[in-house]
Amino acid sequence: MHGNRFRYNILTALLLAPATAWLVVFLVLPFVAIAVFSVGERAPEGGYQAAFTLAQYANLPARATAFWNTMMLAPVGALACLLVAYPVAYYLALKAPQRWRLILLALVVIPFWTSLLMRTYAWMYILGGRGIPALLAFVGIEDVRLINTPGAVLLGIVYGYLPLMILPIYVSLERLDRRLLEASADLGATPLSTFLGVTLKLSLPGVMTGFSLVMILLLGEYLIPTLLGGGKVFFIGNALVDLFLQSRNWPFGSAIAITLVAVSVVVLIAANRISTRVSGARRVDLI
Amino acid sequence: MSKSYRDGLPISPENFVDQLMRLKRGSIGRRDFLGLTGLGIATAVMARELGIMPTPAFAAENLGDRMSIATWPNYHDPQTFENFKKDTGVAIEVNVFGSNEEMLAKLQAGASGWSLFVPTNYTISTYKKLGIIDPLDMAKLPNFDSSQEDPRFTSEGTIDGTTYAVPKNWGTTGFAVNTKKLAKPMTSWKEFWDVAMAEGDGRTMVHDYQLTTIGNALKYHGYSFNSLKQDELAKAEELLLKVKPHLFAVSSDYQPGMRAGDAWMTMCWTNDGAQLHRDIPEIAYVLGKEGGEIWTDFYAIPKDAPNKPAGYALLNYLMTPEVAVKEHLANGAPSTDARVNKLLPKEVLDNPILYPAADLLTPLEFGAAATLTDPGRAELMARFKSA
Repeated sequence: MHGNRFRYNILTALLLAPATAWLVVFLVLPFVAIAVFSVGERAPEGGYQAAFTLAQYANLPARATAFWNTMMLAPVGALACLLVAYPVAYYLALKAPQRWRLILLALVVIPFWTSLLMRTYAWMYILGGRGIPALLAFVGIEDVRLINTPGAVLLGIVYGYLPLMILPIYVSLERLDRRLLEASADLGATPLSTFLGVTLKLSLPGVMTGFSLVMILLLGEYLIPTLLGGGKVFFIGNALVDLFLQSRNWPFGSAIAITLVAVSVVVLIAANRISTRVSGARRVDLI
Repeated sequence: MSKSYRDGLPISPENFVDQLMRLKRGSIGRRDFLGLTGLGIATAVMARELGIMPTPAFAAENLGDRMSIATWPNYHDPQTFENFKKDTGVAIEVNVFGSNEEMLAKLQAGASGWSLFVPTNYTISTYKKLGIIDPLDMAKLPNFDSSQEDPRFTSEGTIDGTTYAVPKNWGTTGFAVNTKKLAKPMTSWKEFWDVAMAEGDGRTMVHDYQLTTIGNALKYHGYSFNSLKQDELAKAEELLLKVKPHLFAVSSDYQPGMRAGDAWMTMCWTNDGAQLHRDIPEIAYVLGKEGGEIWTDFYAIPKDAPNKPAGYALLNYLMTPEVAVKEHLANGAPSTDARVNKLLPKEVLDNPILYPAADLLTPLEFGAAATLTDPGRAELMARFKSA
């Protein structure tokens, strides 16, 4: 009995070893390195120099605008994605003919096979002066400027992150017990109140998963605002790129990165709490 | 055993021990085998007579079959690398970078894999100080002729008499204007910034680069491009914050915007200015009469270059005037080499974008290493971008 338990533990440890090693090498060690950097000093030629100081953290207010912009962009971007994604997921899961479903799902995922950078560059040309504005000029609407506007950034974000929002919602709607919809109708509910009281409510875990997923990724986003927004609005992602690559102030960059991770964890926990409360017992297990 | 230009030169101790140990281990390269057995000489002579091998140097040294170069976008004639591969069998992988800081970060992290790269003047002293580039062995670069170079453009590659880098080309930082949209002729940085807030509202781009964006804002008040003085930088910041809401973009990738007609005016480097003007004649290139930046891009070899023989071979090849001419015609930046200038067509030499008048050139300043690494300027740029 005792021996069995021991053998079982060894087996478990062996099975978990690859994943543990992966986590340690690619998550824990880099994180420790960044944490060590963040209490260091910038070397005179740039980079990192060993020290122990909290000066970098005290300096965080110097990037307050970047934090603020990011905190605004992430929920707004995620909400915009949600508004577009929900109807699509709803159609895919509940309305689309069975034989089309797989093809339509593939169409959602296929753009992900190309790098986001390439696809965003394509949007630069579509929104730029030789794209849609040229077509508009052809029908007499002159001097329309689409590129480097907040609208272009939002469009790029919705386009880039849509599949991440559609898939979890699709999964939760797909698992929906259709008999509940019937029961709701039999009991006299209108289609709208069935949707609000049954469909939407039961799909909330998927919505929260998609929402937190997109929001966490948006916290580090800088490519789309740079390419489609003209780099005029400064996000944490931009601040990090500048600090590591241009001014080569690794300790300050590390302090910002650590703070961003801390903020992301708080966001996740909050999302978990909200989702548990709203949807009853089902939890979103992201962390 | 080699049959190159180094024949007759004394072999260095490191080299000798290297060779000896390699032979002791029984490891012998194909080219060494040819050299040791004398077959190589026969082959090389035959090949040269038959015109198979272009120069004896390539027959002698083991260049490997690949190397990697780090350089800038739209900066070379792709045919150059094709030809080099045809001549030597060395395939070249081109890594394109957006800024000197990115190159520096990559090299400092180690194992960049580059055997040649293209740093700009102001970074070379930093590379030397950090000990991550090699002094150049000029004996391996017989095609480079320092007597034909204009020291005004090339002196920054030599530190305390030692050459660390040889020049690729030089250029200036001015601004490009779409004259169909902004018809009023402009000649100064003062006009650039003023127009950006008036007729050019929402159509003007500045670099995402502290050196040039802050430097040219300093020129508005006539201060030095490299100024690190608190009060002067404060005046530049005031101007930048005032201009910010009027900008089309803060980006160093300005060709797409200018070509599409979305942007009407942008800070611009010579080679981009020449390319834009060549393709869209109404785009003019202007040097601010207050001065601004002059720069030279160099070739240098990293200390940890994995294939130094190929790095030197390619560098020597690029220093051949006939090769360099094609490079200049493709990339549009002016040459530092009098031998190359002799071979360039007249219309290139007469192009004021490439070879500006002396009175515009004189006030220009080379960016300084201190300017580039100054944390104060970096923070100013961050405040400008987050405004």
